[in-house]
Amino acid sequence: MISGAVGGLGRYILGAAEETGQFSFLVRSTFGWMTSYRIEWRQTLIQMVRIGVESLPVTAMTAFFTGMVLALQTGASSKHFFNEPLFVGTVVAFSLVMELAPVMTAIVVAGRAGAAIAAELGTMKVTEQIDALYTLGTDPIRYLVIPRFIAFMLVLPLLTVASDFTGIFGGYLVAHAKYQIPATVYWHDIVDQMEIRHFVHGFLKTFVFAAVVSLVSCFKGVTTRGGAEGVGKSTTAAVVISMVLILVLDYFATAVLNAFGIT
Amino acid sequence: MIDAEGVVKRFGPRTILRGIDLRVETGETLVIIGGSGCGKSTFLKCVIGLHHPDGGKIVVDGIEVAKLKTEAEIADYRRRFGYLFQEGALFDSMTVWENISFGLRYLTDIPPGKYRSIASDCLALVGLKDVEDFKPSELSGGMKKRVALARAIAAQPSYILYDEPTTGLDPIMTDVIADLILDLQKQLKVTAIMVTHDMKAAYKVASRIAMFHEGKVLQVAHPDIIKISDNPYVRQFVDGKSEGPIKMKLKEFEAEGASNAHPDKAGS
Repeated sequence: MISGAVGGLGRYILGAAEETGQFSFLVRSTFGWMTSYRIEWRQTLIQMVRIGVESLPVTAMTAFFTGMVLALQTGASSKHFFNEPLFVGTVVAFSLVMELAPVMTAIVVAGRAGAAIAAELGTMKVTEQIDALYTLGTDPIRYLVIPRFIAFMLVLPLLTVASDFTGIFGGYLVAHAKYQIPATVYWHDIVDQMEIRHFVHGFLKTFVFAAVVSLVSCFKGVTTRGGAEGVGKSTTAAVVISMVLILVLDYFATAVLNAFGIT
Repeated sequence: MIDAEGVVKRFGPRTILRGIDLRVETGETLVIIGGSGCGKSTFLKCVIGLHHPDGGKIVVDGIEVAKLKTEAEIADYRRRFGYLFQEGALFDSMTVWENISFGLRYLTDIPPGKYRSIASDCLALVGLKDVEDFKPSELSGGMKKRVALARAIAAQPSYILYDEPTTGLDPIMTDVIADLILDLQKQLKVTAIMVTHDMKAAYKVASRIAMFHEGKVLQVAHPDIIKISDNPYVRQFVDGKSEGPIKMKLKEFEAEGASNAHPDKAGS
C-alpha cells in the first residue's frame, strides 16, 4: 500500500514536471516566434474581435454592477458611522481602478474567451487539425498561439479601462439615486484623491493577467488528449488554473508594484 | 526515395515502432497494412516529421529528417509532402477553397490572387465542383475526404502520405477514393505511402504492400505475392480471420474473463 502511494506520488510529480517543461517550451517558442516578427496580423485581428469586442458587454455589465454595489455598501457604511455618505466616489474609484476592475475583468474574460480558446484548440488537436497546420507549412504556435497572446495583451488592458469607467458610472448612479450625492461631489471625491500612479498600478497588472490567461488557455488546448472528454477536461482546467493564477499573481504583482512605489 | 532504417518510436513506456526498415522507391505506391495500434500511422508521422524517432533514421531524397534544423530546411522538407489525414482534418472555420489554398501561402510563392482558381483545379482533379464556398460541416464524409485530398495535392508535392483514406466510407465511396488515388498517381507521378486496413483498396493502388505487426515489418512484397503469402500473420490479416497468430484484444479479454468469471470451470 505504501509503495503504491509512493508510486502514485512519483507519477504525479513526474507528470507535473513534464507539464511544466512543456509549458516552458510553449512560452519560449511563443517569444521566439514573436521576436522573429513573423506575426499573423489577420488572425490577431480576428482574435481581438473575439476576445475584446465580444467580451465587452459582459465585462462592462460586471463592472457596472460591481460599481453599483460598492457605492451602495460604502454609502450605507459611512452613513452608519458618520451619519452621511462620505467619500463614496473615492472608495468606488480606488477599489475598481486598483483591484476590482483588473481582477474581475480578467476572470470574466478567462471564463469566456479563455474557455473558448481551450475548447477550440483542444478540438483542433483531437481532430488532427493542429497536425494539419504543421504539414501545410506553418507552425501551430505561430498560427494559433501568438495571435491569441497578442490579442489578449492588447485587449485586456482596454477592457479593464472600459470596466473602470462603467464601474465608476454605475457607482455614480447609485450614489446619486440612493444618497443624493451630486455629480460634482462624486467626481471631486475621485479626482482630488486619485493620481495617475493609481491608475497605472491597476493597468500594469492587466498585462500579467493577459499573459497568464492566454498562455494557459492555449497550452491546455494544444496539449489536449483523448476525444470530447479530453476537450472538456482541458477547458475546465484552463479556466480553473487561469482564475486561481489571476488571484495568486494579483498579490505578487501588487507587492512588486508597491516595492517600486507604484501604489 | 524514402529510406527508413531501424526506426524506433516510443511514447512513454510503450514502444510503438521496434526497428522499421523500409524503402519506398521513387514513383511507387507503398501500402502499409496491419492491425490497429501496430504503428502504421506513427511511422507515417515520423516520415513527415510530426513525430521524432527515438532510434534509427529516415532519409528522404538524401535529407535526414532528424537533422533538419533551420526554419528554411524544415519548410523545404515539408514542401515535398502532401498528407491526407484519417478524418480529413479540414479546418472547420474555413471554407473549402480556403482549406485547399491554405498551404500555398506557406509552401509556395504563388500570388494569393491565384489561390481560388488553383483550389477549383484541385477540386476538379478529385471530381468535385461548385463546393468552393461550402464549410466542411456542410459536406458528406466522402466529399470531406476528397477535399482533404485536394488540399494534400494543392502545393504539388513529390510525396503523398495517405493515412487510412477509405476508413468510414461506404464500399462504393471506398472504391471511388481508391480510383482517385490511382488516377492521381498516374497524373501527378508522385511517390506515395498509404496506410490502410482495407485490402481491396490496398490491392488496387499498391505497387508493393508492407505488413506491420507490433512495430515491425513482417513482409514487403508485390500485391500478388501478398495474396498468396505463406506467412501466417500476413495470411490471417489479408483473409480477415479471427483465428490465427494475431491475438486480438477481444480474444484475450474473453479468455481472461472466462477464467475469472467461472473459476469452477477453469479449475475443472
